[in-house]
Amino acid sequence: MLDHKSISSSELIQETFRLAKQYQDLNCFVTMNEDRGIKKAHSIDQADSSHSQLSGIPMAQKDLFCTEGLRTTCSSKILSNFIPPYTATAVQKLEEAGSIIVGKTNMDEFAMGSSNETSYFGNVHNPWRKGYVPGGSSGGSAAAVAAGIVSAATGTDTGGSIRQPAAHCGITGLKPTYGRVSRWGMIAFASSLDQAGPLARTAEDCAILLNAMSGHDLKDTTSLDVETPDFLASINQPVKGLKIGIIKEFDLGDLDSEVQARFEESKNLYEKLGAEFIEISLPNISASVPTYYSIAPAECSSNLSRFDGVRFGHRADNTEDLNDLYIKSRSEGFGEEVKRRILIGTYALSAGYYDAYYKKAQQVRRLIKNDFEEAFNSVDLMMTPTSPNTAFAFGSKGAQNPIELYLEDLFTISSNLAGLPAISIPHGMVHSLPSGLQLIGNFLQEDKILNAAHIFQQNSEFHLAKPSMEDF
Amino acid sequence: MTWETVIGLETHVQLSTKTKLFSRASTTFGKSPNTNVNLIDCGLPGVLPSVNKEAFYKAIRFGMAVGAQINQTSIFDRKNYFYADLPKGYQITQMDLPIVLGGTIDIEAGDGIKTVNITRAHLEEDAGKSIHDEFDGYSAIDLNRAGTPLLEIVSEPEISNAKEAVAYMKAMHQLVTYLDVSDGNMAQGSLRCDANVSIRKNGDKELGTRTEIKNINSFKFVEKAINFEIKRQIKVLESGEKVTQETRLYDSVKDETRPMRSKEFANDYRYFPEPDLLPVVISDEEMQKIKDEFPELPNEKEIRYQKQFKLSAYDAQIIASSKSMADFFESAAKQTKNYTLLSNWLIGEVSAYLNKELIEINESKLNVDNVAMLINRIDDQTISGKIGKTIFEEMCINGTSPDEIIESQGLKQISDDGAIEEIIDTVIKDNSPQVKAYLEGKDKLFGFFVGQVMKLTQGKANPTAVNTILKEKLKK
Repeated sequence: MLDHKSISSSELIQETFRLAKQYQDLNCFVTMNEDRGIKKAHSIDQADSSHSQLSGIPMAQKDLFCTEGLRTTCSSKILSNFIPPYTATAVQKLEEAGSIIVGKTNMDEFAMGSSNETSYFGNVHNPWRKGYVPGGSSGGSAAAVAAGIVSAATGTDTGGSIRQPAAHCGITGLKPTYGRVSRWGMIAFASSLDQAGPLARTAEDCAILLNAMSGHDLKDTTSLDVETPDFLASINQPVKGLKIGIIKEFDLGDLDSEVQARFEESKNLYEKLGAEFIEISLPNISASVPTYYSIAPAECSSNLSRFDGVRFGHRADNTEDLNDLYIKSRSEGFGEEVKRRILIGTYALSAGYYDAYYKKAQQVRRLIKNDFEEAFNSVDLMMTPTSPNTAFAFGSKGAQNPIELYLEDLFTISSNLAGLPAISIPHGMVHSLPSGLQLIGNFLQEDKILNAAHIFQQNSEFHLAKPSMEDF
Repeated sequence: MTWETVIGLETHVQLSTKTKLFSRASTTFGKSPNTNVNLIDCGLPGVLPSVNKEAFYKAIRFGMAVGAQINQTSIFDRKNYFYADLPKGYQITQMDLPIVLGGTIDIEAGDGIKTVNITRAHLEEDAGKSIHDEFDGYSAIDLNRAGTPLLEIVSEPEISNAKEAVAYMKAMHQLVTYLDVSDGNMAQGSLRCDANVSIRKNGDKELGTRTEIKNINSFKFVEKAINFEIKRQIKVLESGEKVTQETRLYDSVKDETRPMRSKEFANDYRYFPEPDLLPVVISDEEMQKIKDEFPELPNEKEIRYQKQFKLSAYDAQIIASSKSMADFFESAAKQTKNYTLLSNWLIGEVSAYLNKELIEINESKLNVDNVAMLINRIDDQTISGKIGKTIFEEMCINGTSPDEIIESQGLKQISDDGAIEEIIDTVIKDNSPQVKAYLEGKDKLFGFFVGQVMKLTQGKANPTAVNTILKEKLKK
């Protein structure tokens, strides 16, 4: 992280807000936190010494974490006026470690999307190419880090929402083990899949951020009651003898040939560093996407029921009765993609279809989990490309057929279904846009993937590449 | 044609935990609207439920008492529907794996004891309350009750008439209050039931179409609502029509049931396992602790009262039948030696007063200290039993202590033989014709002299002393 002995927190935060304004066309922030941010930086400067590596570090927070007194919208019209009375645990911990909230970042509405195009607050540009998507759903966070406005941001990952935008923006993004980071205060999309994690330039920075964010939380009973190790402690271990699995079922033949080329080069680098590659089989992995698109919408259809216009958020005018209030407020408040998923989920849970969709999907999910468990008997981690493609132009995917966009998540979804940690790191450019490499770890073994990612970054310069920003 | 009635009851018991099922907000009844509410109860974005284990312990205690199977691993499910007083748009309940499975409860049927089978009992959260008549043009919502733990106890359809349904509810009330599972306060909704009622021709195997009467909250209404519904269904069937499966509401003012909503338009609740909560596991140690701390049940108390306090079987049974009465008796028994007098008073004057007021003893102004003091004052002859009744009336109204009443109204019994002799002498002197008649054999006049003595002392003379001295004096 930044050694801030030569620069004060106040100077740093001023510079951050200046950059945010300079690049406001990127549209990566929904709400800024200027007054409070500057105030906090000032008080940090006045304190005697800082004990934390995050002290005074400006951070962007995905606009799905509740922040007390600071508008939290989930990039949805229905929450466009919502100011939470409390702060999410993950953000609270980062705040207590001394980081400063710069603002709340744009995202796909309620984290539903892979391109940030479903936001009520407009598209976010990819800093590498104007008019191209940054990926999603944590697109604003990824773009803010890639553009150099902040060095760290939070994201959430339900099916790839940290890793895919990290890949498309050429930065590092980590989805921890399900339950590693508390979900208290994270506005739920799909409760059994959602997980918060960091986006930063390097694996080392992600380790520092994960150290601060992790830990059991009594307010989230699904958070794991385990010790948080120091993720920096083992980050420098040599990777000699490391066994890396290549998943047989991910037929790399369908990939963009350039993405495939970067993947092979990454393999070569690891081999040169002494790692060993083993082909493994995850027989049920091909069912990941349909499984995910049964479970996630089902949970979302229930989670989003509370947005009814009664207690908070958007309420339609001139309604006749309670039903009319619900129908109008929700019809006006939710965007197309959110409505689509609520409908899919409602259908998947309805009487007569539950067994065929939701229940079956949970059974398949169990099988996928078992496949991973079995495979991790013979490897330390697994490696895939993060996304089959690089960033694409606004509106070029999914407009006619949403499934096309859902397939963006092919490589990332399975680790959410299995609850496993995974990281995306830059591994070179494809058609002048960044491409990402994904490392999947075993349960609670973030240390192993952070270590492997860090060693990769110590031996390559892909993570140092920065967009020119000349179009912004 | 004769008809047979089949009734199944779903009893909602509000558990007497200090805090809610999934939040740390208080469950105290009667607070001003929306004050017992925290972030979780109003379903703010991003909040998550945390289980209150105390509710599980109470549910398990109930399960053990009815001899049920306890599922030491149980899961929560979401029941999805929209309503303004349901903050999350779903209720967290237990569908597939409830905490309590099976069990039985004995009820007093017309001709003896009948055993009713319990299907299951599961934990769920209560909803808030919609208020439609207080604000012109608006409905208001009070979320104080939202998230309060309920145990829903489902009976098998084995209840045959309204009287049995009442007996079932009474047995349930006794059990849950005894177990300290619930305060059982029906007026506040702590114990209420939905009655599933159907009728069929005598001898038919198949059940008739049922209706469900929602939210009945008194023993009296249980009886009336079911009886109305039975008559209504018979009328429908006898006129050749069919009973519609529907939810009905009992209107106690008009004494009738009316349809609420038809099952045809019923919600599809889209149940699925609650992903925000892990399965709740109760350890063997916790089960043992619940067993070790198991409260004494009415029949055990009856036996103990006969041994420990030398109460008659009849008195012991009456005192033990109500948890609040039994608790009161035991506390008072620590402050007095005359257990028989205490139990006589509780069964007599005290119960008569409570029945008249339709309240439980813990809802009255009577307290243990005062009642024990009253018993002691009668026992040590400071006052007579008759004066005791006057004092008791005052205690019921004002909650004043007997000593204060005795003091302020000068009710202390005159037990001093000299003082009583003086009064008796006066009575004899002033009523010489009656004395003459008595001495001539009109024995009945003895009561007249006692009455005169009591009149002169405003009833304060010790009746035993009066009797003895009067007999002595009138011999001479």
